[in-house]
This record gives sequence, structure tokens and C-alpha cells, in this order.
Amino acid sequence: MIIAAIVVLAVGTYAMRLSGVLLRERLELSEPVQRLLPMAAASLLAALAATATLMEGAAFAGYARPAGVAIGAVLAWRRAPFVVVVLAAALSAALLRLAGIE
Amino acid sequence: MRTPNRTPDAALLRDAAAIAAAMIAVGASFGAITIAYALPLWLPFAMSTLVFAGGAQFLAVGLFAAGNPIAAIVAGLLLNARHLPFGLAVSATIGPRLRDRLIGSHLMTDEVVAFTLRETDPVRRRRTYWLIGITLFTSWNAGTALGVLLGGVTGDPAQLGLDAAFPAGLIALILPSLRDRSTRAVALTGAALAVLLTPVLPAGMPVLCALLGLLVLFVPRFRSGLRTPAPAAASDATPAADPGLASGSAPGSASSSASAAAAAPGSAPVSLGGEA
Repeated sequence: MIIAAIVVLAVGTYAMRLSGVLLRERLELSEPVQRLLPMAAASLLAALAATATLMEGAAFAGYARPAGVAIGAVLAWRRAPFVVVVLAAALSAALLRLAGIE
Repeated sequence: MRTPNRTPDAALLRDAAAIAAAMIAVGASFGAITIAYALPLWLPFAMSTLVFAGGAQFLAVGLFAAGNPIAAIVAGLLLNARHLPFGLAVSATIGPRLRDRLIGSHLMTDEVVAFTLRETDPVRRRRTYWLIGITLFTSWNAGTALGVLLGGVTGDPAQLGLDAAFPAGLIALILPSLRDRSTRAVALTGAALAVLLTPVLPAGMPVLCALLGLLVLFVPRFRSGLRTPAPAAASDATPAADPGLASGSAPGSASSSASAAAAAPGSAPVSLGGEA
């Protein structure tokens, strides 16, 4: 049963990935609508980042994680390299937890 | 992001190495969790190769362990539905060849899309998509194997702060897009909606609702992103160039408060929620 579920999940996920790629040229999109596509992707990614920052399941994720992400985001805003952003976010969240702040 | 133009590939490789290291660690925690749940040994490998979507994999193994495979399918597919609009956005980057499309589609993840949309040049976009895609697939599966081997030793990714690393990395990747005023309005509205809806909707739905953020383009002041023939909306901020605002955005109070909001996501979606 589990193996069937994994296959369905894998095939369904792949179908969604592929269908966007294949549909793109079948849809005759006007110039303004074409400009919506990267905006839509940016909006989805921003939503992922925001929910992953603030929420754990349906509840607030606690303070350590958003604080770490905020430090990383400020560094990103100051044009720090990607590696620095990721490491600073992880390190500050880990240190806050070490200090007992969840 | 501040990488000099002369060595773009060194910078890209360094970024790829950073994200690969994080993926190995999170992949290891995925592998270890399946062992902790006493699920079959082949399961993490099958999921990491065939499903290859971290969020859905964690969600699904939890539901498998709870004896609810149907819920695992429904929740996993709902969570992965965002790949359809992602596919529309990166289709041109993957290219017209069928083989590239069949393989490239499987490599599509949030991080690949974010890395790709950060680039402006089509050739670099393409290179980035494949390099990051293959790197992530490899490191995710290597991490999974490591987690299965090490079992419980890998511990909780939160202790390493990895739960903060991924959103911070995503923010770093989408920041160049957010320098475009219309994109920023759409993305911040979408993010605020998703956060507000998370307590009330099932997993996956809130992020999809972020697409409703596109509705702010009906607000006249944000409409310029559609009308003016600016170069591709996600890409009009050159990575290395001026730290000021991209041509489309007016340096008024509205955009500077939005910048501040984007730089402090801990508080941004909440405060924006009031406006939205």
C-alpha cells in the first residue's frame, strides 16, 4: 500500500512539474500575461519563505527561527554572499536555541 | 549576490556548494526520520529519487507512519501543486528539446527556480538551472543515504539552525526580483496571505493562495509592471549593479517601507497583513 502511495505521489508530482513546462508554449500568452509568470513564481517563493520562517504546522514557529532568518535577510539585503546569508541564519538560530530561546 | 561579473561561475559553484551542504544535512534528517518511524529501508531512497520534493517527503512519511497513505498522497500533491506555475515560469529556460524537458522537469524544486530567476541572462539561467538542479538531486539523495546509515545519530536539523537556513536562502535568492516594484507588491501580499491562511487551511493550500497576490496588479499604482515594456519582470535588477532601486520603482515612502519589510521577514508579513 505504501509503495502504491509513493508511486502515485511521484507520478502526480512529476506530472505537475512537466505540465507547466509543456503547457507554456501551448498557451498563447499575451505580453502582459507572460510578465505575470516570474511574478507568480516570486510570490510562491516569498510565501514559502514567509511560512517556513514563521510557522511550524499551523502554529507560530517560536522566536529563534524568525530571528535567524531576519539576520540572514538583513545580510542578503546588504548584498552579502549567499553562503554568508545561509550560514549566518543557521548559526544565529542555533545559538539562540543554545541560549534557551526557542 | 555581490559577485563580481568576471567570475560568475566560481560564485555560482560556491553558492551551489553551500546549498548542497544544507541539502545533505536536511536529507540526512529525512533519512533518519524514516528509520525512526520504522518505515521500510527502501522507502527513503524511493521517495528521494522518485518524488524529490523535500517538504512533501517529510509530510508524507509522517502520514505513512500514522498509517494514512491516502492523506499522504493528497497532502503531498497539494503541497507540490506549486510546481505547475513554476514550470510555466522556467519552461523557456529548460528549452525546447523533449529530453531536456523530461529530465529538467524532475529536477524542478523551489531552490532551483529561485536560483534560476535570480539570473538575467538566458545562457546563465540555463546553466544555473542544470547545475543547481543536478547538485540538489545528488546532494539530497546522498544526504538521504547518510541519514539512513547513521540513523538517529544525525539529530534534529533545528539544532543546527537549518530550519532558518532554508527560508533565509530563499529570501536571498528572490531579493533581486523584489527590487521590481510590482513584483515586490505581489510577493509581499502573497506571502502575507499565505502566513495568515496557514492556521486555517491544510498544508500546501496557503502557499498556493499566494498566487492571489497577483491581484494587487489591479491596483493602479502597481500596474506599471505589466504595462511598461521593461525587460523580464523578475530580472530588471542587475545583480552587481546599483544598490539603489531598479528603474521601475519610485524611491518614495511606500517602496522604502516595503524594502524594510522585505529585509525583516520576521515581522514583515504580519505588519503587511494589516495593509493587505
